[in-house]
Amino acid sequence: MSAIGWGAILFWGGAMALNFYLAERFPNSRPVRALVATLFGVTLLVLWQGLVRGLNVSPVILPAPSDIAAAIAANLPLLWGDFVQTILKGALSGYLIGCGAAILVAIAVDRSPFLQRGLLPVGNFVAALPIVGIAPILVMWFGFDWQSKAAVVVVMVFFPVLVNMVAGLAATDALSRDLMATWSASYGQSLIKMRLPAALPFLFNGLKIATTLALIGAIVAEFFGSPTRGMGFRISTSVGQLDLALVWAEIAVAALAGSGLFGLIAMIEKAATFWHPSQRGR
Amino acid sequence: MRSILPILAVLSAIIALWYGAAVLLNKQWTYDQAARAGVTVTTAQMLADTMMQERPVLPAPHQVAKGLWDGFTGQKITSKKSLVLHSWITFSATMAGFGLGTAAGILLAVGIVHSRAMDMSVMPWAIASQTIPILAIAPMVIVVLASLGIKGLIPKAIIAAYLSFFPVLVGMVKGLRAPDAMQLDLLRTYNASGAETFWKLRLPSSMPYLFASLKVGVAAALVGTIVAELPAGASQGLGARLLSGSYYGQTIQIWSALFAAAILAAGLVLIVGLIEGRVLKRMGMVR
Repeated sequence: MSAIGWGAILFWGGAMALNFYLAERFPNSRPVRALVATLFGVTLLVLWQGLVRGLNVSPVILPAPSDIAAAIAANLPLLWGDFVQTILKGALSGYLIGCGAAILVAIAVDRSPFLQRGLLPVGNFVAALPIVGIAPILVMWFGFDWQSKAAVVVVMVFFPVLVNMVAGLAATDALSRDLMATWSASYGQSLIKMRLPAALPFLFNGLKIATTLALIGAIVAEFFGSPTRGMGFRISTSVGQLDLALVWAEIAVAALAGSGLFGLIAMIEKAATFWHPSQRGR
Repeated sequence: MRSILPILAVLSAIIALWYGAAVLLNKQWTYDQAARAGVTVTTAQMLADTMMQERPVLPAPHQVAKGLWDGFTGQKITSKKSLVLHSWITFSATMAGFGLGTAAGILLAVGIVHSRAMDMSVMPWAIASQTIPILAIAPMVIVVLASLGIKGLIPKAIIAAYLSFFPVLVGMVKGLRAPDAMQLDLLRTYNASGAETFWKLRLPSSMPYLFASLKVGVAAALVGTIVAELPAGASQGLGARLLSGSYYGQTIQIWSALFAAAILAAGLVLIVGLIEGRVLKRMGMVR
């Protein structure tokens, strides 16, 4: 192994020692927390770069981070086109339709305890199934363009959100319900003023799980057929051409999109459920 | 009885909807065929035909059931059409990956609970790593490992392990931190060492959390294995069965593979649940 590899390992050791020192010295400071996490991420990248260069790993097996950055810079318009096709058209539209449908169905189901008792176990069961498997079927029905990807995403996000929303709507305690009854609140009033707000923490939990599922569904569905753009299409064709830098560039974009979507939902959650114990005191 | 009835009602509603959808989606083909042959079909004939097409848009439930039955019992186990063979391939990779992922998750959780630096550096990245649609990388991992000469079960197991390690990690961290201050203080008054605290208090109290996340993890491992079987090259496994069905338009084959996967998933979760019941009962922790 060359000097670059050893240098990277040395850097990693030094940074980890610094991390341990910082973590013991300032256990409760927020900036230090962020710093420690960032440092850890940077050391991983440096270690990756150093080992790939130091051990002369072929770029066909694992490209170095610098190669990936170069591939991103060289292919910006291409990556943007794939992003629009897969994330904005496929994943996001499916996510909105699926989550919206799940919320509406949950509210409808909530009025009937019979349906609730029947639908919850079935929903829980379906949520554990390998739903990605329906991707080939939906691609056959809805064609190769983004509509079939959106359909896969709808089915994938529907059940986790449904199960969480139904559980959330049932989460009000008897005391609050009695209070609404003493005010002779109608069904609609108590739904909007008590039960929907009480269901929000559960709903956001489901929405967060669904963000990752949406991206997975949209990308995997493209493996079964797609127009000549899209992240899943690019990944599978670039693997065939052994252009792994471009594949990793797509993965970086997918990771950024996934983290961004997750962060967006988390921000909305923070604003909408500021009153909940899990959000207080931060 | 009280809980079975609603579930049965929902299930039969789903099956009824399925039959309705099968008629709606398949009738176009029936009418096209009839128009090409120059005959008119009555509604009754149309209904009968939509139930037994060779390559329906949506197979009727009984066709899928027949496909499943044929796949599981109608073939020799070594035959390429046997769902037993494909399920076994998928199952073994799932189990290997699940074992790997669970071990990694538990080890990391132990590290995180005992070292603040590990907690502060690893945890945020473990969470961030799950916002990455990791399944998208699956085909690449398979191809790259194949070029290194690693084929068969191991690449699939790695992807399954990656998917199942996160639920185990999160559940285990929560579980190892579950003992409250009073219990920890009690052990301190006994002058218990760190290892003793771990084996006698933290590990036992983490069991309910561990099993809850094992159920999620085993389902995730199965999804990972199936997606890992999708890229071309894999010829065995439920994922490969799905892919070849979609290439040749064999819808009944796709649906049978899908239901075989569902049965496998349900079976795995059920087994973990049974072990959970046994273990928790032995430990006196049955809710």
